[in-house]
Amino acid sequence: MQTENFNANFDIDISIDSLSFGNLEIFENFNFTLSAGKWTSVLGKSGVGKSTLLRGITGELDSKTNFSITCSDKAPLKGRIAYMGQQDLLLPWLTVFENVTLGMRLRKERDPVSIANAYELIDKVGLRKYCKEIPENLSGGMKQRVALARTLLENKSLVIMDEPFSALDIVTKLEIQDLFAEMLRDKTVLFVTHDPLEALRLGNYIYLMSGSPAYLQKVSELSGGIPRDIKNHELQSFHGELLLAMRED
Amino acid sequence: MTLQKLIKIIAIFISILLIWQIVVTLTSIEHYILPSPNRVLIALNQNYGILYKHSVITFSEIILGLILGVGLGFFSALLMGYYKLARDWLMPIVVISQAIPVFALAPILVLWIGYGLASKIAMATIIIYFPITAALLDGLIRTNKEQIYLAKIMGASSWSIIKNIKLPSAMPSFASGVRIGAAVAPIGAVVGEWVGSSGGLGYLMLHANAKMQIDLMFAALFILALIATLTYFSIDKLMKNLIYWSAQS
Repeated sequence: MQTENFNANFDIDISIDSLSFGNLEIFENFNFTLSAGKWTSVLGKSGVGKSTLLRGITGELDSKTNFSITCSDKAPLKGRIAYMGQQDLLLPWLTVFENVTLGMRLRKERDPVSIANAYELIDKVGLRKYCKEIPENLSGGMKQRVALARTLLENKSLVIMDEPFSALDIVTKLEIQDLFAEMLRDKTVLFVTHDPLEALRLGNYIYLMSGSPAYLQKVSELSGGIPRDIKNHELQSFHGELLLAMRED
Repeated sequence: MTLQKLIKIIAIFISILLIWQIVVTLTSIEHYILPSPNRVLIALNQNYGILYKHSVITFSEIILGLILGVGLGFFSALLMGYYKLARDWLMPIVVISQAIPVFALAPILVLWIGYGLASKIAMATIIIYFPITAALLDGLIRTNKEQIYLAKIMGASSWSIIKNIKLPSAMPSFASGVRIGAAVAPIGAVVGEWVGSSGGLGYLMLHANAKMQIDLMFAALFILALIATLTYFSIDKLMKNLIYWSAQS
């Protein structure tokens, strides 16, 4: 589809010496790697610092913090990230098409190839008929599809997602997860969630984030590709274990 | 406007006239204290020319005051929304200016810029300026932080964020400010006319009152109420079109 597809072919090492707000230390000696072209899920309770971690990776925290990010291709990470939040973040006054092309609008780009790609992506997420609708007329699942198309049009190597499915009902959630897994297949994806099922279903690599200051714990790798079947026994047993671990923390 | 709404408004209007007539008939109050609706209607008819002339003056004051007040308020809020320094220094001045009653300012304005239109337009502008500025600034500041975060990751400049995200997000608040402005603009204009003027409905009312032409005074009051109501509803309609995406209508 895209003439120049920035598929992820580099790993990203993230290392945090320390990060604190006031006297509260959030992270300490915190190291992990995002593998090229894989989904990494970070599971943690609310308030453990998941969103702060994402803010740090996207470079939106105070520069005073000791956050070091190294990409294996030696280029800086800045400008190579696409973001999806807990809310769909669609602008209510723009149509579906205008929301998908928001990045171009914000950067004042008028690239015919990207416009063609936008239509193709809207088609792929199944919203061709809704191009001219405003978000108010869409369901929650449809809005999340628009947000996905917007993210994909940005065509970045790393996709960061902050609980992107949390506002959806369980059936829609599973359906949207499948769509995301398919469409973001070749990307390096980091997503944080408080839902162990979601983390297990979508993570090639799964980390549990807990404690204060927070630390990461790697969960044993599950077999098979993503999205994993929810009836998978291995997944189900890990689900129970993770719930217990999160409760004890 | 639907037919039902129109019927409702006409019904309310007729009921008020009926109650008024009943009060006049039952109390047999002197016509120079409270004239009957019929007398007011006659006064309206007899003084058509003079009422028209003064209405045009007051209407111009209201509209020009609205345009100036909305324009000035818009730019002040934009400036304060964009530069934090401007907000820190200008906001106290705006608030203090609001603490001085318009009634107290009126004689000074008349003294400085004369008996003509200008002092009344200034009055209307001053009275409108604050609600517009406060409402728009509030809207600009309360823009969804996540939305701004997404725009930053997409590489938007701060001007692009204001133009494409903050300003449209603030439009519902701005619209509320403009509605309040439209409701209070006639107050500014009429107060100005009472303090010192050579024309306008306020001027006409004052003179009719002094000459005990209470029926003419009521006729002028009726026209004033009509102008104020029409202005308000036109502005309200305009604002609803401006924020077509917002369900708060």
